[in-house]
Amino acid sequence: MSDILDLTIAQLRDGFRKGDFSATEIATRYNEAVDASDALNAYLEKTPELALEAAKAADEAKAKASDSLKPLSGIPLGMKDLFATEGVTTSAGSKMLGNFKPPYESTVSANLKAAGAGMLGKLNMDEFAMGSSNETCAHGPVISPWRREGSNAAITPGGSSGGSAAAVAARIAPGATGTDTGGSIRQPAAFTGIAGIKPTYGRCSRWGIVSFASSLDQAGPMARTVRDCAIMLEAMAGFDPKDSTSIDAPVPQWEKGLSSDLKGKRVGIPREYRIDGTPAEIDALWEQGVEWLRDAGAEPVEISLPHTKYALPTYYIIAPAEASSNLARYDGVRYGLREKVEGGGLHDMYKATRSEGFGDEVKRRIMIGTYVLSAGFYDAYFTKAQKVRALIKQDFRKAFEQCDMILTPTAPSAAFGLGEKSDDPIAMYLNDVFAVPASLAGLPAMSVPGGVDKDGLPLGLHLIGNEMDEQSVLNAGLAIEERAPSIELPGKWW
Amino acid sequence: MSDYRIKGQKGSYEVVIGLEVHAQVTSQAKLFSGAATAFGAEPNTQVSLVDAAMPGMLPVPNRECIRQAVRTGMAIDAQINKWSRFDRKNYFYADLPQGYQISQLYHPLVGEGEIEVAPDEKNPDATKTIGVERIHVEQDAGKLMHDQHPTMSYVDLNRCGVALMEIVSKPDMRSPAEAGAYLRKLRSILRYVGSCDGNMEEGSMRADVNVSVRLPGEELGTRTETKNVNSVRFVMQVIEHEAKRQVKAIESGEGVQQETRLFDVAKGVTRPLRSKEDAHDYRYFPDPDLLPLELDDAFLAECRESLPELPDAKLKRYEDLGITPYNAAVLTAEVETANWFDRLLDAGAEAKAASNWANSVLPGILNAKEIDFSDARNTPEASAAILKMVDDGDISKGQAKEVMELYLDEGGSPADIVEKHGMKQTSDTGAIEAEVDKVLAANADKVEQYKGGKQALFGFFVGQTMKAMRGQANPQVVNQILRAKLDG
Amino acid sequence: MSVTIEQVRHIANLARIHLSDEQAETLLPELNNILGWVEQLGEVDTDGVEPLATVIDQQMRLREDVINAIPETAGNRRDDVLSNAPEAQHGFFAVPKVIE
Ligand SMILES: [Mg+2]
Ligand SMILES: [Zn+2]
Repeated sequence: MSDILDLTIAQLRDGFRKGDFSATEIATRYNEAVDASDALNAYLEKTPELALEAAKAADEAKAKASDSLKPLSGIPLGMKDLFATEGVTTSAGSKMLGNFKPPYESTVSANLKAAGAGMLGKLNMDEFAMGSSNETCAHGPVISPWRREGSNAAITPGGSSGGSAAAVAARIAPGATGTDTGGSIRQPAAFTGIAGIKPTYGRCSRWGIVSFASSLDQAGPMARTVRDCAIMLEAMAGFDPKDSTSIDAPVPQWEKGLSSDLKGKRVGIPREYRIDGTPAEIDALWEQGVEWLRDAGAEPVEISLPHTKYALPTYYIIAPAEASSNLARYDGVRYGLREKVEGGGLHDMYKATRSEGFGDEVKRRIMIGTYVLSAGFYDAYFTKAQKVRALIKQDFRKAFEQCDMILTPTAPSAAFGLGEKSDDPIAMYLNDVFAVPASLAGLPAMSVPGGVDKDGLPLGLHLIGNEMDEQSVLNAGLAIEERAPSIELPGKWW
Repeated sequence: MSDYRIKGQKGSYEVVIGLEVHAQVTSQAKLFSGAATAFGAEPNTQVSLVDAAMPGMLPVPNRECIRQAVRTGMAIDAQINKWSRFDRKNYFYADLPQGYQISQLYHPLVGEGEIEVAPDEKNPDATKTIGVERIHVEQDAGKLMHDQHPTMSYVDLNRCGVALMEIVSKPDMRSPAEAGAYLRKLRSILRYVGSCDGNMEEGSMRADVNVSVRLPGEELGTRTETKNVNSVRFVMQVIEHEAKRQVKAIESGEGVQQETRLFDVAKGVTRPLRSKEDAHDYRYFPDPDLLPLELDDAFLAECRESLPELPDAKLKRYEDLGITPYNAAVLTAEVETANWFDRLLDAGAEAKAASNWANSVLPGILNAKEIDFSDARNTPEASAAILKMVDDGDISKGQAKEVMELYLDEGGSPADIVEKHGMKQTSDTGAIEAEVDKVLAANADKVEQYKGGKQALFGFFVGQTMKAMRGQANPQVVNQILRAKLDG
Repeated sequence: MSVTIEQVRHIANLARIHLSDEQAETLLPELNNILGWVEQLGEVDTDGVEPLATVIDQQMRLREDVINAIPETAGNRRDDVLSNAPEAQHGFFAVPKVIE
């Protein structure tokens, strides 16, 4: 029998049901692997007892009647630290929240629990999900399990769901939750050679997820295969009356609907995504992706998304603006850090607490966000950005009259070394140049592994679907997955 | 219209007043969470995770709060915006857990409307129309207590997230009396509609008072805003004090600062509130946790159909029934009184007699006995029964008052009281005639004098007859018989 | 538009973030770079475009006026509400005295 750690979620589920292994065996094996993974700094909080508890429940349910098993019975998962988990420290990667123990469970994590999944622990991330390299975390960066060929230099797993990506890639979680505001699931998935999907905005409830930018935040799964993403997303998604932006529509059976036969489908290739300075191997991979989809029966069509170039600056007005307001609640009054000032009053406490609690990138974004909303600048920046966002949305609307899905690269490069971009915020922001337009338009989008670069680091292909059409994205992802060379980790070094 | 002026050295200043009234919307649960709104609970017990702004908590609006604001808008003939949205008003304070208040700036639920007020209570027909700029819906903040600990302030979030309507008037008022009349009228409308209980002591209604002064014909002067004034009387005091202070400040050359002030109730003066710090930059922007609020026709129709008869319409109806404008105004000012009076009319009472009873007779009886108008014994049905007995000639008007007093003391029904105390007035002509004959026989000398021209003696005979019948004779019948016998 | 050091301090104050002189000096060029970069939006013709604030085409749902209808968003949980407070006294959150 192969190592439990090498199995996909679908394989674990089916193997457990067949009796190849117990849920407790799965949880125990993973708990051991998690315990031995400290060098990656992927887990901020380990919860082996929760994983075992769910496993025990699964084993008992199976002993009673195997039809009482739930979709994720027997599956332990990693949880991004942005999800509030009842009684388990939730820090959002920030010093600000300290050892905040929520007296509540986020809807998405509760949904996973209700589907039978166990929790291995809380996964590291960029502070408040603001970052593309996991270097902004207050608890130190995640180290990617990947390394460049012939080098031991630490590589970033991407961000902000870097802990989730690294954990799945390093086989210390069969799947993990992520959140994506402007690429935070897709870019780290691409950097670590795994799959990850951000569904249509509103598919997953935002209730209990520490907010970054409310009009953009979406939860989604990160896993080793497209099928595993479909399985997880089915459990995570669903209408939630506690979230006013939750979509009131039934959750499709995405796993059942998986098909890599793309006959009759048109795949849009947006000409504006060809950006000067993109490495040749990224372009080559993109070409290859088009061929794979053609091979699966799809017809490539050139499309235009004329406002692509403006997506990133639009995003860097809207997201910080919303964040500056969403993060105002971190004031040292009701939870988290409090810095007292000798002889000072309330406002001195606020300033000291927020100055001490937030890291540099978070402060930078709060400052930008505060500025663009402030008197005299609101229209020039914020309203303008909302208008451009409307145009970006319109671009996609028109594009989807001509095609069923859109293929682009996920990121303009492979993973970079830790520290290589941390001095240049804009260079860092450019990581999400391909990911952000779909976020602004609220569309489902996925990264699937496509190949490796010259250093042997993974590269991802990016699929964008029309509103509510996760299925097309998953199916095209599956078609690529079936054709792309399998990429293997260089070997366990941690 | 108002001739209220503040005399200065350079002339007589006109006072320009606008009011922003925060009225707590009547609802069971809060605007965006399921926590209760009831007044007076233990600290922080009526607080949900949403109200405490725990990480990841989200707002979901309460239909009833929107409905009540829409009904209020309809009651003042305002434009109802079928498309509105919520914005965030960002600022830091310990009573504001989110670091922002969810409010409406750019697209309020209710647009322009108007309220007709009668600044002179004695003259209810002299009215003035005050414009309402808008009504928007927003969250209330929590409460800070500064006097419980030497170095700490305490935060209670029970009120945090309770729905408020902010009703913003146009700067149409020109005197304390007009502002007072506006507030009273607004409060009356809210209570008729049922959208706010109007209880100013419990903070259900409070006003931000905007005041400026100018010499006639000049541009609007710099205004000050005095926050959170919680009674009609205080609002009038604030205006008077602010107007005088501003005139002084202008004439001394010091000028008026645009600033936020607060009212010192004990001293009866206003003083500036924290002025400097940020020069308020609230960074309003659409709340991204919420979608636009779109109202459909069915919702609006229900709002309209559920509106009761409003004070102005009721007043007009009463006047049409022959009730004096003053009485009609008194009867319609409070929704409870008006409803009580309508029940009195429904029970068959004649309008003018009912108004006289309700405006003049009944208050005297209740006052003397220190009984509240709202007392359970004071039913309109009891009054109706008494008025009917008067109308039927069973008791006299004088007896009516007595019956009511006895009824309030002893309970039962007015009919029982009349029965028990043998007060039923008689119109039995035979019995009355017999007594009249006795009286005339016993006073033959006076009969002579009367017949000799001393007409004033008629009253004497009436009095003697009534006395003989222990007041229970129908005076009209007594009169009739006496006239027949003396003049016939 | 570019920001001045005074504006940086003003913005930091609005956001209730204490900045040392050195931090303000470091932030100044960073913010100006980012603002300069986002200002390319000025090139886009947005005349007559309605600003988009919500991406999903859905009407806002309104909940019924029922107290504590959903346990997760109900009141009556003071212990939970205060459980993470840096300082709670007598059922209140305690904060340094507000100095007006
Ligand atoms: Mg105000
Ligand atoms: Zn207000």
